[in-house]
Amino acid sequence: MRGHYIGGMANQVPLVDYLVLGDAPHLQAHECVNCGARYFDRRNACASCFEDVFKTVSVATEGELTTFTIVTFAAPGVPVPFVSGVVDCDGTSVRTNVINVEASPEHVSLGMKVRLATYSIGTDENGTEAIGFGYEPISAN
Amino acid sequence: MNTDPVWILGITMTKFGKHAGKDVVDLASEAARAALKDAGVSMRDIGVLAAGNLMGSGGIGQQIQKQIGQTGIPVYNVSNACATGATALRTAIMAVKAGEVDYGLAVGVEKLSGAGLLGGGGKAKTQGASWEPSGRFGAVAPTDGRIGTDAMPGTFAQIGMEYGHKYGGATFELFARISEKNHSHSTLNPLAAYSKAMSLEQIMGDVMIAYPNTRPMCSANCDGAAAAVVVSDAKLKTLSLEQQRRAIKVSASVLTSDPWQESCQVLPDVNTLTKNAAKIAYEAAGIGPDDLDLVELHDCFATAELVHYDNLGLCEEGGAVDFFNSGATWRTGKTPVNVSGGLESKGHPIAATGIANIWEVCHHLRGEAGQRQIEGAKVGLAHVIGLGSACGIHVLEKSGL
Repeated sequence: MRGHYIGGMANQVPLVDYLVLGDAPHLQAHECVNCGARYFDRRNACASCFEDVFKTVSVATEGELTTFTIVTFAAPGVPVPFVSGVVDCDGTSVRTNVINVEASPEHVSLGMKVRLATYSIGTDENGTEAIGFGYEPISAN
Repeated sequence: MNTDPVWILGITMTKFGKHAGKDVVDLASEAARAALKDAGVSMRDIGVLAAGNLMGSGGIGQQIQKQIGQTGIPVYNVSNACATGATALRTAIMAVKAGEVDYGLAVGVEKLSGAGLLGGGGKAKTQGASWEPSGRFGAVAPTDGRIGTDAMPGTFAQIGMEYGHKYGGATFELFARISEKNHSHSTLNPLAAYSKAMSLEQIMGDVMIAYPNTRPMCSANCDGAAAAVVVSDAKLKTLSLEQQRRAIKVSASVLTSDPWQESCQVLPDVNTLTKNAAKIAYEAAGIGPDDLDLVELHDCFATAELVHYDNLGLCEEGGAVDFFNSGATWRTGKTPVNVSGGLESKGHPIAATGIANIWEVCHHLRGEAGQRQIEGAKVGLAHVIGLGSACGIHVLEKSGL
């Protein structure tokens, strides 16, 4: 079991292994040393240049929403509505939910500036808390 | 390499809709036998069979043979998402092109009535009593709905909205108007699953699935099959004048997958591989988009149709919104698109779609489309996209006899 104590708080695990928790939560990617292509999952070789050496890099925590949808009908067990989108984080596209915003077309817009935020998904029977991420609007001021 | 063209000698589709009393083997066999009859040949003539049934248990080709004729020929069971039918057809075409056989048969079939949401759907999303990482992202809980959407309506909504972000003008109403067009077209198609006109108000006011796609803007899950017989150029010349007259020339048969793009790692890129396939297809056929009398393209969602106007070069780059607003893609327009009603109303029995759209084009090129005939149609294009991704494009021309 992964997870670590933060400031004596409950044991936490990230929702996915590319979410790094701690004082400055951020996403990390595998970057191809040869061509710079980035991947959130492990790759046997780079899909772009076929080389096989990768390094771990941090992804920018702020970006621009390049597309979104508001899902109001989903598979059983998936709470709706939610805003799904893609954020361009300084050249790295990140698949995400847009959170801390009302899920309506009036409140979400293409090109809006957003930043990474984390939230609790829940605590399991061992007392471990899972932490998810999303991107929230950066308010005008 | 053999540069002689391959021809579609016989082609058919079943009625799309609910076929409660028939299984996939029944539907596929019905389509296959009808295609053979349309071609004027028998299973004895066929040298290769390629068949697809995406959601089935596999081996559909051999199951079809047991219903229509087991002659010991090679069978290719193919699977390529929503491009499965086009892949089956292209497999048969390649065998003819390679000179291995004179005749090939391709079949696509699906039973999807009541299937519900595809992609993320089907079964409940459950999570265990403790957080245990699994999968390629080490996820401790289901990610659909937490890290974007896995389901198709939202995925393709984002594809349309991405185009809007890049070029502007892609509003909810614009996408709904595309759907209005296809539902209007479907009223002339007796084989469509749904053939009712819908007003803009009805479409926009219907159940929202994934903004901006409401229910009628999504492809219709239904049952159906389609099949085609292809023949070599040399063999066609030995057949009757009537067979030669009705034969449709395959001027291009192209299959592409998506080349690496930065953003396709997180949201499927249906654009690059379609642009690549279109370029190859136009070059092979020696025609351009302006020569097309009709186009059947993969409108799995209204948001998808818009981007493919651009991807297929039907309009200038970035000009899809203006192109649609000009009325060009209505059946009375410059480049009629989805005069069958498209996947939104004709229906989308996945593996059948990539042959059914070719049937639609052939139907017009043969001058047999009845009340929805595009008068004087000589050249048409059929396009499908399977996520993952695979793009199939066929350019078809009438014989000229």
